[in-house]
This record gives sequence, structure tokens and C-alpha cells, in this order.
Amino acid sequence: MKKNLLRVLLAAVVLTTSILTGIAPVFAQETVTLEFSQWWEPELPAGAFRAIIDRFEAANPGIKVELVSGPYSSTREQVVAGAATGTMSDVVGLDGAWVNDFVKQGAIADLSALIAEANYDDSQLASQIQLNGATYMIPVVNFVYPVFINDDLLSAAEIESAPSNRTEFAEAAKALTSSENNVSGWVLPLSLEAPNGIQNDVMSWVWASGKSMLKDGQPDLTNDDVKSAVEYIKALYDDGLIAPGAFTMKEQDKVEEFTNGRVGMMIDTLAHINLIRERNPEMNFSLAPVPAADDYEGTRGLPYASWGIGIAENSEHKAEAWKLVEFLMSEEINSELATIANAFPGNVNSEPDLSGSDPLFTDAFEIYKTIYPANEFVGLPVAEDLMRTFDEEFQLLLEGDQTVDEALANAQAAWEKEF
Amino acid sequence: MSILKSSPNIFRKRLLPYFYLSPTILLMLILMLLPIVMVIGYSFMDNVIMNKDPQFAGIDNYLEILTDKNFHQSVKNTFLFTVASVIFHMIIGLTFAMLLNTKRIHPSIRSLFRVIYVLPWVFTAAIIAILWRLLLNPNGIINYFLEQLGIISQKIEWLGSRNTALYALIFINIWSGYPFYMVSLLAGLQGISVDLYEAAEVDGANPVQRFVYITIPQLKPIIVSMAMLDCIWTMQQFTLVWMTTGGGPIRATEMLSTYTYKLAFSKYQFSLASASAVIILLFSMLLAFVYVRTQKARD
Repeated sequence: MKKNLLRVLLAAVVLTTSILTGIAPVFAQETVTLEFSQWWEPELPAGAFRAIIDRFEAANPGIKVELVSGPYSSTREQVVAGAATGTMSDVVGLDGAWVNDFVKQGAIADLSALIAEANYDDSQLASQIQLNGATYMIPVVNFVYPVFINDDLLSAAEIESAPSNRTEFAEAAKALTSSENNVSGWVLPLSLEAPNGIQNDVMSWVWASGKSMLKDGQPDLTNDDVKSAVEYIKALYDDGLIAPGAFTMKEQDKVEEFTNGRVGMMIDTLAHINLIRERNPEMNFSLAPVPAADDYEGTRGLPYASWGIGIAENSEHKAEAWKLVEFLMSEEINSELATIANAFPGNVNSEPDLSGSDPLFTDAFEIYKTIYPANEFVGLPVAEDLMRTFDEEFQLLLEGDQTVDEALANAQAAWEKEF
Repeated sequence: MSILKSSPNIFRKRLLPYFYLSPTILLMLILMLLPIVMVIGYSFMDNVIMNKDPQFAGIDNYLEILTDKNFHQSVKNTFLFTVASVIFHMIIGLTFAMLLNTKRIHPSIRSLFRVIYVLPWVFTAAIIAILWRLLLNPNGIINYFLEQLGIISQKIEWLGSRNTALYALIFINIWSGYPFYMVSLLAGLQGISVDLYEAAEVDGANPVQRFVYITIPQLKPIIVSMAMLDCIWTMQQFTLVWMTTGGGPIRATEMLSTYTYKLAFSKYQFSLASASAVIILLFSMLLAFVYVRTQKARD
């Protein structure tokens, strides 16, 4: 009796095991978990990004997405480490400044091949970041950097309209600057820890006049246009029109100075409009394009930053990863994402819903339509280091340790080594 | 026969302690020795990580680092930062420890001050950096008070000027690090026998003599050990420097730690960064060696 019971039990165990081992691979093959590391989730309203991803999961039953979220700087370090060790997440949030280095490392996949494989119509993409003819990053949403103007201070200084060229800007900055009231005309963050002030607050003056810091993809810092912009900023600095503490000032300090009414004008991302409103609801401020050179009549460039997306070369699920990219770039989802991020969409057919947002976003969208997004650091090798090198030479110039020509020649020589 | 029979037991007995220690040894090998060996290996290759097929480069990376003027500047800054920090940590730590140890102040007031004095130590480096960036801002409270008191006539850019940034940074580091000395030295002071002071008093020693001939010799082992540890820790300080000045303005506060970080995560020159890290390791090992020697001599 006991022997029979044992046999039955044994048979049951063998049967169950064989069924489970037969079925398990089927389940394993059906569910793919994608890891998606980015800094976007913490910057969006709580739960908003997860809700979008949940919709992707609902539309693609076999794919789960695990969000690996962190602040921008730690995401960057994480992605660098992942690229080095071959453990990069399947899908990664990218900044255009990182792309060149990751491509060199062979860490991010050629999206052109995936686009072709999926028969995706890439004409709907507003832009693609390419190297050697292949796409490696797609900007999901874009944040432009116009000039923020404190209207209260501007009217107190009896300036009637926002400055549109360099002379008007210098005049406005002069009128705004008051040591008695502790107000400076403009603010320039040059911290070496985060040297993106060179991109957003210095080179933006070159791009605003439709000019370039590159020639045939190579550094061209000694050209007349860069020189003229640098000379202009140096003159503002010498005239005491720039807020003190520039050399260690970071972007958040810049916003803080503007929000507290200690600065009349700043170049900043639209993403900070809500923050300024929350911190100082009483303040009236408006937006304007970055002033161009006095004699410039053409279309202006406006600096921008992107939430870019890419796929890891080491990903075993590139097809599924592409589905996620395609989902985020779809007309409807991209519109939603642009709306909640207070940004401009990466899909040409998408439109942000500005009905419930700050009227300044409507103004910004109008500005956006008249300019072209300009950021020549995107796709450059060791882009952050290029900014830092330029920053050091620029600080020496502002301190009076070297001339404009020397500063630009030194920066040019340092940049050439990296290209 | 009996020897043969007992030898496996002896062997087993000798091995048994190592068996018990094996998890720790294994962890130390994986988490400490392996990364160090890997970094040393990287420092002799041409650019690892960024280069799929790195080649042996001999001592090229070391030569490049040692001849880089920015490295020289970093060594100079790190030396000044470390020496000044350690000396002032010690002086302030000892002063406050003695204040807290004196019997002339009521115990409840002593307890209150113990809490106040130890406060800087409970903040993380990130909080300290943000706090002092706000305080030392040109529009910050420190400039305000100095202006109100008539000490300065115009705003000083404490962290933004080449003339003041390194000293401001040293000040912040001293502020954040002295409580460690204070707490340790206070424990040391409380362990000094009262008999020694009483005997000295009977012999006619004044307070300064008692401090020089009793307090300092009694605290010497603690002071030496802590100075060594503080040298190693301060030399490797990264977060505070990075978050306050980022090594600027114009490399005025560039330390070995920020210099190495920039090589790795800004220039993506991981082999050069490894060479720089190995040089820091050698400096630290030198200090660790002195520390171990003093500890052994004490034992």
C-alpha cells in the first residue's frame, strides 16, 4: 500500500516537473523586461511618467518596463559606468553631449538600422542626432532657452520693450543694474562643476546671430563671430552689469538670483517657469529670444536641451526597445509628454496642449516657431570637457589675465586635441 | 603510526581558523584587492574602457600625469588644503574638548554645548556644501554682517574669487571636521587620571605646564593617530570640493580628487585617471604606513 502511494507521489512529482519545465520557457520567452534608465521621471509630476509607461505595457502585453530613475548627474554617471562595463540599460535617456563618446565606445545602437527594420517613417521625427550618417539618439522633447526678463525691474528702469539686439540688451542691463537696490542687469553662471553655462549663456550669443563655433565639423573658435560675442560679454562684465559670483555660479543659482529679483535678465530653460512662479508668485516676467548682433536680420538660433533616447548596443531586446521608443515618439504620447514636461515635442505632428499651462508657454511656442533650435555641442566628442576648457580660458579672460584673442586661441588649441 | 594518524587532525586544526575567516577574506579580496589591482592594471594600458582593445602603454600615463601642470597645481592645493585642515581641526578640536571637559562649567551647559559643537559632524558633505554656498554667496548673510559691521565696503566673492576660494574651502572643511577630533580628544581627556594633575599642582606646576607636560603627552597617541587618519581622509575629500567650487575658479581649488574625477568622467581618459588614482593611493599608503608604524611603536 505504502509502496503504491510512493509510486503515485513520485509519478505526480515527475509529471508536474515535466509540465512545468515544458511550460516555463514558453512564459519566459513571452515576457520581456526592458530596463529604462533616465532622469525624466523625477522631473515630471509624480506618477505621470509611470502612467505613460503603464499604457505602453498595456498595449504590449509581452513587454514590461522597469524604470531606473535618478537625477540628471547620477544618470549620466550610471550610463557612463554601464557603457564601460557593458551593463547599460536596454533603453537609455541621453543628452546630445554624451552621444559621440558612447558611439566611440560602441555602447549605443545604430537606430537607423532599427528604423529600417521596423519600417518606421522617420519623417515625423523633428530631429535625429547622427554620427557618420547613422542615427544614435532621437530627441523626445526639447527645452529651449530664451531670455527671461523681470518686467517689474524693466519698467522701473524705464525700459519699454524687451531688448532685441546686443546694443539694446547692454542698455537695458545698464539701466537695470543698481548697486543701491542690489540688482544686476544679467546673470552668467560659469561654474566648472557644471560648465553648461558656456553652452546656454555664452555660445547662445553666437547662435542667436545665426553664426557658428564650428567649421566643417571642426572647432572654429577664433572666427570673428565668436570673437565678437566673447568681446561683448567681456564688456558687460567689465561694466559691472553681470551679477557677482559668476565663476562658481550654477544654473540653479542663476534661477535663484532671478527669482529673488536680484537680476533683471537671464537666459534659461522654459522648464523653470513653474519653479519661478512657485517661488515668487508676485513677480511679473516675460520671455524674448536671445538678442542678435545689431546688423543681423536672419533667423535666430536659440539654445536648446533635449531629453534624448537611445538603445544600448548590449541589449538583447532591441526590437522591443524600439517599440518603446516608437511609442514615446508617437504623435499622441509625444504631445502628452511635451505637455507635462513643459517642453516642445520631438514629433513634428505633435502639439503640446497649452490650454491649461502658463500663458508664457504660449509665448514661448510663438518664439519657438520663429527660431531654429541651435546647440552645436550636441554630438561633439567630450562635449562637457570642451565646455569646461572654454570656461577656464573664459574665466582667465574675464579676470584680465589674457586677451580675447589669447583666450580663444588657447581654447581652440585645447579643442583641436579632442577632435 | 600515531604521528601519521594525528597529522590530518593537526592540519585540520590549523586550517579551521582560515575556514572561519574565509567569507571575510573572500569579500576583502573581491571588494578591495580586486578593484585596486584592476585600477593599477588600467594605469599601464592606453585608454581602457573607451578603447575596445587597449594595449600595454608602460609608464606613459604616469609620465603624462606627472608632467601635467594642472596635476602640479592639484598637488599643491591638496597639500595646503590637507595640512591647514588637519592643523586647525586639531587646534579647534582640542580647545573645544578642553572647554567641554572643564569642571568650572555646569554639566547641563556642557551637555548643551556638546550638542552644539558636534552639529557640523552630523551634516553630510552635500548639505555642508549647500549651506556654505548660501552663506558665502556674494548676497549671503556673511557679506551682509561684514558690511553692517563696516568690515568690508563691497561684496566679497568668497568662493568665486581666486584670491579667497581655497581659503574659504579650507574654512568649510575645518568647520565640518573638527567635531571628530573634539569627540575623540574629549574621551581621551576624560581618561587622564586626576592624580597626575593633583601631583603636578602639589609640585607647583601652573596650568600651562600641566597642559604641556601632562595633557599633551597623555593625548599624544590619540592626536598622532587622528592626525594620520585625518590626513588620509582630507587628502581624498571630493564631495565638498566638487559641490562648492568644482575645482574652480580657474583651478584655484583643484584637488587631486577633482582632477582625477574630471579625467575619468569629463574627458573619459580612464587610464590617465587610473594613473592619477594610483598616485593618490601611493600618497595614502605612505601615510597609512606611518600610521601603522606609530601604532606599533605605541603597542
